[in-house]
Amino acid sequence: MADTVAPTNPTTWVGRLRPKSLSRFVTTVLLFLGAWVMVFPFIWMISSSLKPTDEVYDSDFSIIPKTFKGWENYYGVLFDQPYLIFLMNSMIVCLGILVIQLLTAIPAAYALAKLKFRGSTILFGTVIAAITIPINVTSIPLYIGLVRVGLLDTYFAMMFPFIVSVFAIFLFRQFFRGFPDSIIQAARVDGFSEIEIILRLILPSAVPAIAAFSVFSFVAHWNDLYWPLIVVQSQDKMTATLSMMQYQSAFDTDYGRTYASATVVTAPMVIAFLFARRLFIRGITMTGVKG
Amino acid sequence: MAVSRLQRAQTRLAYLLVLPATVLILVIYIIPILLVFLASLTDYTLVSDDYEFVGLENYRTMFGDEVFANAVRNTFFYAALFLPCAFVISLILAIAIQEQKQFRSVLEVLYFLPVTSTLAAMALVWATLMDSGQGVINTTLETVGIPGVNWFGNEDVVLYSLATISLWSIIGFNMVLFLAGLTAIPQNLYEAAAMDGADHPIDKFFRVTWPMLGPTAMFVAVTSSITAFKLFDTVAILTQGGPDRASEVFLYLAFLEGFEYFNMGYSAALSLFFLGIIFLFALIQALFTDRSVHY
Repeated sequence: MADTVAPTNPTTWVGRLRPKSLSRFVTTVLLFLGAWVMVFPFIWMISSSLKPTDEVYDSDFSIIPKTFKGWENYYGVLFDQPYLIFLMNSMIVCLGILVIQLLTAIPAAYALAKLKFRGSTILFGTVIAAITIPINVTSIPLYIGLVRVGLLDTYFAMMFPFIVSVFAIFLFRQFFRGFPDSIIQAARVDGFSEIEIILRLILPSAVPAIAAFSVFSFVAHWNDLYWPLIVVQSQDKMTATLSMMQYQSAFDTDYGRTYASATVVTAPMVIAFLFARRLFIRGITMTGVKG
Repeated sequence: MAVSRLQRAQTRLAYLLVLPATVLILVIYIIPILLVFLASLTDYTLVSDDYEFVGLENYRTMFGDEVFANAVRNTFFYAALFLPCAFVISLILAIAIQEQKQFRSVLEVLYFLPVTSTLAAMALVWATLMDSGQGVINTTLETVGIPGVNWFGNEDVVLYSLATISLWSIIGFNMVLFLAGLTAIPQNLYEAAAMDGADHPIDKFFRVTWPMLGPTAMFVAVTSSITAFKLFDTVAILTQGGPDRASEVFLYLAFLEGFEYFNMGYSAALSLFFLGIIFLFALIQALFTDRSVHY
């Protein structure tokens, strides 16, 4: 390339050789090489999900399958195996958790941000302290409690530890505090009830925070392995992520189909991410702690 | 008069609004934490209904137990592998990507992709990529003359393998945090530093970027540490603590004791030890970082 350009347009050629732009070019190439490493497992997974078993372990790997078994693999996962049920279970649990989290957190956050009442400081302190407590610490009593009331292996058990999000209360409270008091006062004078104020003034202004939190909550619970592993016992409550545990003991020797199922499990979050990139990045990095 | 009636009504409403959340916080956080503490003083197992208070016996067992010591060692060794890389690689990437004009958002998306993916599913992919016989990684190594590695079967290697997978899944996440921190640094600081003679990128980094990045760096360090101590998914799916307990990390041990062997009392003591570590990090974070930067 450079050789053909050089005689006709020496300035560009020299310009390209300047150390600054050269190093920038090298950086770009290196960054894309790194990106290839990050994305390669996905490419490999999708490629393998379209192959017959013997080709998955073929030592000369090619992205394009030599024998296309994509239809059989995905048909097998979705219709011979109960993956549609697993996906639906994940969807039910994640949506259920999110809806109840919003219903409990938004009113509490509004009261903490804008209303005066005794005990608000203690409540807010408790919220802050509870943010640091991970499910791994409270899992034993929660599990024993669920065993005692005979609710193990139910959607309720799968959702219960997460239906109040102290993080959401904290986040929304910070967000609501920024809402001007004068507008709330004016609305009160105009005869708005507090509920109307929440629904018609506060909520619309909080849409960005609510959207970011929703993404965070949905992704975190979709990808959660720990709690479903503890409370789910039967196939018909199994979540998509939990179903991946079956493969630890070579449950399916059809490797093409195995990776078709892995693709099906991870696809919803990845596709949603590709459609709402900004929102995802903001929502997931909001908490700092991944997963 | 009217004002105070309004005030009373408002207070009543406030209690009503916080009631559901308060009850749930009690049931999901406060009471369970107290129960974990009480359980850690008993020999409670789910299998039998009888249990006795044993005082600090569980803690004595814990600190004298080689299995516990092994899990703590593994966790710290893994964290020591994982944390410096999770920090440095992400920072370098963030600085490099920030200077990219036209490719910045594409690169951001590509590096962030593993963060949104389901680690449990991607772990299966990594297992095959890292397969000791036919895996892509070993066959690639062998073509350039490096002997293949038994990634998950070798006691001395397994924690490196798990750290590699964790790195892959977190780098994009830390990178985005660093990018946010970098973007917040005012451009005129660089101009001022340049006038003082800090022209070289390395000078610029140590004179401007690093000091200004302090809160972000602290935040990334603390949250990555918590993530490191929470290692669970890949262990549960890929190694189950093996080979020969070489990858049995803390949280996995607590899980086994509680939910496989049903030694609830002992597992409660392990959980509280874990909570102590998390609290320590939260404390460090509270002391050193300005929350407003991130929320």
